[in-house]
Amino acid sequence: MVDRHRIELVVNGETETQEVEPRRLLVDFLREDLGLLGAHIGCEHGVCGTCTVLMNGETIRSCITFAVQADGQEITTVEGLASNGKFHPVQEAFWEKQGLQCGYCTPAMMLRTVEILRENPSPTRDQVREGIASQLCRCTGYQYIIDAVLEAARTMSAGAETDGKVLVKQGAGPSSAEAAAQTQGSGPALEEEAEDASRQKES
Amino acid sequence: MKPAPFAYHVPSALTEALAVLDELGEEGRVLAGGQSLVPLMNFRLAQPTHLVDINRLDELDYIRRDDGVLAIGARARQSALERSQEARGAAPLLVEAVAQVAHPPVRHRGTVCGSVAHADPAAELPAALLALDAEVVASSRQGERRIPIHEFISGPFTTTLAPGELVREVRVPVSGAGSGYAFAEFSPRHGDFAVSGAAVLLQLEAGRVERASVALCGVAGMPVRAAGAEQSLRGARGSEEELEAAAAAAVEGLTPSADLHGGSAYRRRIARVCVRRAINLAFSRARGGA
Repeated sequence: MVDRHRIELVVNGETETQEVEPRRLLVDFLREDLGLLGAHIGCEHGVCGTCTVLMNGETIRSCITFAVQADGQEITTVEGLASNGKFHPVQEAFWEKQGLQCGYCTPAMMLRTVEILRENPSPTRDQVREGIASQLCRCTGYQYIIDAVLEAARTMSAGAETDGKVLVKQGAGPSSAEAAAQTQGSGPALEEEAEDASRQKES
Repeated sequence: MKPAPFAYHVPSALTEALAVLDELGEEGRVLAGGQSLVPLMNFRLAQPTHLVDINRLDELDYIRRDDGVLAIGARARQSALERSQEARGAAPLLVEAVAQVAHPPVRHRGTVCGSVAHADPAAELPAALLALDAEVVASSRQGERRIPIHEFISGPFTTTLAPGELVREVRVPVSGAGSGYAFAEFSPRHGDFAVSGAAVLLQLEAGRVERASVALCGVAGMPVRAAGAEQSLRGARGSEEELEAAAAAAVEGLTPSADLHGGSAYRRRIARVCVRRAINLAFSRARGGA
């Protein structure tokens, strides 16, 4: 007798309704039940940060949050960053500055960047360094990642001056819905789709 | 790994939560931020059979000051404490400590009361609350009791909370004007658990210490008050010698257990340095009148 709970939440602008076991981790729900493979699993105890997603605009560790706790909340994964087939400025900056090597930490690193720049649109190099300390990267040595965050800060504040529009600007409440709605499933493929496609739904 | 199966309860009011906890007794475990509990469940070091999720109890999401006390509800997140202007004015030591707990994505979920209930000997918040003479409010269906934090935490990851009880609130006496504070810790990597840390609160009167509180984390099975250091600081004006003497007194008799991050003597040494730094900073803040 497996106890299941019905949850309804908004993921990248789409309302999702599912029945889940209470022990289902949010990261497994996103990856295996919704097929959103951008949230990665690293340490599975909240240390490495590669499972980081936004809940109501704030970064959280989806490997130490149960899916049932996301009931009624709004989740943004990396798949929700691009809109209308266009990269988010943070994605653009990571591309431009080569802010990655293997890419495993990248989705979470970019979501944390969105939050860092929302709280402080023009951080110093040291502030960026401290800000991304919650996310482990084992390849780059972080230098190019910091360059990418600073580049995103530049382009986003330039963009904000010209047209006053910054994508995925989230406050306490829902707001990324519009930006994310069109792109779910059609956003830029990040990596490891083939590998993960074979691991679909256990239940 | 993945957690073992459990039954999930998600009450929407405090009375409902207390009724569920009462019914479950020993079996019930409270889930707040989950930032310590869920990792333990992932490793299957903890396998609770019933979880009572208190995240929908909006009535417990508060940080407010009344009658000389800063009251922090069970649903208040650590990041809310960090941002609270009211807390910054009433208990700046606690705000300085919370900013050193893990990283922002963890503080967005983790709660203040949850950290107290978890009673990790290396954690910052219990040590800061111990220095502040905080009180824990435990609620159950039968009523409510207030427990001084030094009686609440009884060992490593162990408290005197009874089955059916919920840590509903933590109450922190407001730090008086003219007091100086500091929380200093050392960890090899930013955001990791500290090797050790020190929480210091000084009350000066005409340039001399009238009252000192010193608490340490990471040096014993639970956070400890350094009575020797507090004694030695009485009447001190903040000279080098006084600082050294107090720091030495703080770690006298302590035998921290060794682990991956260092041996016992190393931890003691680090603790001593943290105490000295914290006292020094607390003095300068008290003098600065800030």
